[in-house]
Amino acid sequence: MTKVEELTQGVLSGDVRSIARAITIIENNAPEAKKLVSSIYPHTGKAHIIGFTGAGGAGKSTLIEKIVREYRRNGKTVGVVAVDPTSPFTGGAFLGDRIRMQELSTDPGVFIRSMASRNYPGGIARATKDAVKVLDAAGKDIVIVETVGAGQSEVEIIKVAQTVVVIHAPGLGDEIQAIKAGIMEIADIFVVNKADRENASKTAMDIQAILQLNNKETAWKPPVLKTAALTGEGVPQLIEKIEEHRLLLEKGLKHKRSREKAEAELIEAIKEKVVSSVLEDLRKEGKFEQLVGKIVEREIDPATAAEKLLKKALKDAEA
Amino acid sequence: MQTERKIRVLIAKPGLDSHDRGAKVVARALRDAGMEVIYTGLRQTPELIAETALQEDVDVIGLSILSGAHKTLFPRIMNLLKKKGLTDVTVFAGGIIPEEDVAEMKKLGIKEVFGPGTTTELIIKYVCENVPKRT
Amino acid sequence: MTMFDEKEIKEVKRERARWEQTTLPNWLKQSRERKSEFHNHSGMQIKRVYTPEDMENMDYIRDLGFPGEYPFTRGVHATMYRGRLWTMRMFSGFGTAADTNRRFKYLLKEGETGLSIAFDYPTIMGYDSDHPMAQGEVGICGVAIASLKDMETLLDGIPLDKVTTSMTINGPAPMLLAMYVAVGDKQGVPREKLGGTTQNDNLKEFFAQKLCMFPPKPSVKLTTDIIEYCTRHLPRWNPVSISGYHIREAGATALQELAFTIYDGISYVESTLERGLKVDDFAYRLSFFFASHNDFIEEIAKFRAARRLWAKLMKERFKAKSPRSMWMRMHVQTSGCTLTPQQPLNNIVRTTMQALSAVLGGTQSLHTNSFDEALCLPTEGAVRVALRTQQIVAHESGVTSTVDPLAGSYYVEALTNEMEEKAWEYIHKIDDMGGAIPAIEKGFFQKEIADSAYKYQREIDEKKRVVVGVNDYTIEGDKCPIEILRIEPKVETAQVASLQKLKRERDNRKVKEVLDKLHDSAEKDENLMPTIIEAVKAYASLGEITEVLRTVYGEYKELIVI
Repeated sequence: MTKVEELTQGVLSGDVRSIARAITIIENNAPEAKKLVSSIYPHTGKAHIIGFTGAGGAGKSTLIEKIVREYRRNGKTVGVVAVDPTSPFTGGAFLGDRIRMQELSTDPGVFIRSMASRNYPGGIARATKDAVKVLDAAGKDIVIVETVGAGQSEVEIIKVAQTVVVIHAPGLGDEIQAIKAGIMEIADIFVVNKADRENASKTAMDIQAILQLNNKETAWKPPVLKTAALTGEGVPQLIEKIEEHRLLLEKGLKHKRSREKAEAELIEAIKEKVVSSVLEDLRKEGKFEQLVGKIVEREIDPATAAEKLLKKALKDAEA
Repeated sequence: MQTERKIRVLIAKPGLDSHDRGAKVVARALRDAGMEVIYTGLRQTPELIAETALQEDVDVIGLSILSGAHKTLFPRIMNLLKKKGLTDVTVFAGGIIPEEDVAEMKKLGIKEVFGPGTTTELIIKYVCENVPKRT
Repeated sequence: MTMFDEKEIKEVKRERARWEQTTLPNWLKQSRERKSEFHNHSGMQIKRVYTPEDMENMDYIRDLGFPGEYPFTRGVHATMYRGRLWTMRMFSGFGTAADTNRRFKYLLKEGETGLSIAFDYPTIMGYDSDHPMAQGEVGICGVAIASLKDMETLLDGIPLDKVTTSMTINGPAPMLLAMYVAVGDKQGVPREKLGGTTQNDNLKEFFAQKLCMFPPKPSVKLTTDIIEYCTRHLPRWNPVSISGYHIREAGATALQELAFTIYDGISYVESTLERGLKVDDFAYRLSFFFASHNDFIEEIAKFRAARRLWAKLMKERFKAKSPRSMWMRMHVQTSGCTLTPQQPLNNIVRTTMQALSAVLGGTQSLHTNSFDEALCLPTEGAVRVALRTQQIVAHESGVTSTVDPLAGSYYVEALTNEMEEKAWEYIHKIDDMGGAIPAIEKGFFQKEIADSAYKYQREIDEKKRVVVGVNDYTIEGDKCPIEILRIEPKVETAQVASLQKLKRERDNRKVKEVLDKLHDSAEKDENLMPTIIEAVKAYASLGEITEVLRTVYGEYKELIVI
């Protein structure tokens, strides 16, 4: 048996060590990564993938911990991928989300993996979507992705998750502004966490108000829920809503979403492939370096340089 | 796209003591040296530490203890790691571990014991040089 | 009354300018200074030389005054050590209650004047000795006390009306105090005669010592229960020792230690006022606990600034009328984290200097660390040297002959002022965050401390800071030549057996009854002290009582900030 076959078998049987190793291989983009993903891919598509995003300090990890517990009570197995930011200066990362869910570690029905963003934009890591596939193939009923939570527009999650939950909390300052920009459109469910704080209702109303501005006719109107992660208040209701959303997806929306997701992934894969192979060729011929020099000297602008380079490369590709 | 292997380290605190100053300083130094660091928080049972190492697939584990319970807890942690097949992980320890216990700790499979006064540079260097090769 | 008149200051200014142009450059030409800038641990830049200019705005009566009077900068007692020396209190505890009882009797015989109990980790965390989390930890770092039975053994033959006892305990403080009261009752000592201290400072646990049992709000409630109970029933007991020591040991600077400790103090005053007590009814029983670190003058300045700051707070913010409410009484411990396992005898020298700065800073009570504590629990011989250190400072150094001997030093006064000023800045900042609990929830203290700890370690690693025997003046093959105190595993076995025997033999129906009552009382948010005293008297164990409270209050999950 090859290493990839062995790992695939391990993953499919739910072996923890195989799952962990498979994710590492994907994360490091090791030589066997591509083969591994393609060999587990046929076994995916069963899990419900839920993304959690929102600004830091909103209590995402604590809430996720409570949600996982609730799913476990309902007899579901759960995988979690928690993404933390990589420092652009040192390349290092401190993976701290796990701490809030640490007690779940010894539950055999739960697998938690921390992941550094490794400077991938949009709040997740490049390897996140494939790590999710590993957990899906390993038979987890629910796969949860927690985004970086740096308060940026973390919209990449839409390409990974089927249901996106945006978490907010009162007293985080002007993040309603941030919600308006970008995140609003990707949310399937809004959660105002720390509901025990004053202003929680006001925050919820603010979000409702913004949502009402968007009066497009849609099959799903994103609800605004209140939770208190510390006590677990509101968690069963949140899970109910997630389930409702899942059922709606099943009924038809899913097909649309799946197609959208597949399309996005395919485009991404093409981009990656094209860029890396074209770049490799260009570098080989030395033309690339030459043009970089010219751009520095202001002899040519980057866009024209790219056009010039690609004209030839694309012709070659056609041939 | 190229392969990018990063060193993944687990800094764990077994035992009931709450002296996390050293563990945190080490965690931070390793992160600033470009590694991906998971810190468990205080008072972790051997089971939690071993399971975390397994799921996170770390290359290196640093155990910090100052409560004096290392003779009870370290053997349990090392046994669990073995049971879970994590034999290719480098384990080092720090905190207050008397000189005369060091040999016993090493026999358990703990590769190095760092006492107070160890520089973070030394630990960074040690970790870099002791990342297990993976096939 | 300014300390120098304008004319004098002008002349000093002129003279300094002249000196800087004539004498100084010649010296600098011959040999450069060792560093381009000098800083203390708090990051304050230290000048080459201090002069009356640095005291330009000081008013003697307003800022220093006389000892025993507001603002207490020079000390809380009028005669200070000319009257009574500080209490020499050595923290000790290990093994079983019987082992520690023997050590207590030894220390009392050697001239110690107050007991100080160190508990083991299971006790500190509210676990019984037979709890799974306690395995390997029983009696190791302190004494195991799981029930009143253990406390009776611990205090056997020690008359509680003659000694005062300090208990380093926080989350389970109500239970341990209850046991102490119960032993006092059995000895027939009236409660108003019981003297001592419970550390009982739960706020600092969340960001410094991190031995938290319950979330912040119920933790402050329990602290306040003890303050309220003591105010009404134990007039000689210090209900809380507001502690900077652990903040410092976790990596804070002297300034952060000062500011954060004082802020915790503010929080307890506020929570007690909410119970309807008047500030002058209880404020005089609040006591403080600081560390004494290596920078000799910086520490002295910290102690002096702390007293002045607290006095102002009590007078201005809390409108205290009684001068005793404005007193800051303090206990000081030399800094454990400065001890090195390398060349351990050097630690005696460090401890001596730290002890001296505590005394020059005007402490009421002092613990000196033993030189072997970076390696293990202190042996008897090492404890003796530590105690002798205090006795030498007290009787041989001469610093106890006058009150506040360093007052008026340009450097000391300038640094005292700067410490106070910068501490106020922190206090205002935390006020703006909404107080200590919101600041804890935001990770503010945690981040401040972690940053300082990291910076300090980097300085040592880069040799910007010399630690003798560690990063300089090291010895090849430096092995510790000292004897190590070990706790045998049989201590745990014996302790577990005796606890389980107790649990079998006591009146378990009564235990259940009183634990149910405690549960009720906690839900109703009553003061829990009376019921806890009842519970320990029925021999309910520490772990059982804690468990009841955990079901009501929940468990605290650490907010980790690196």
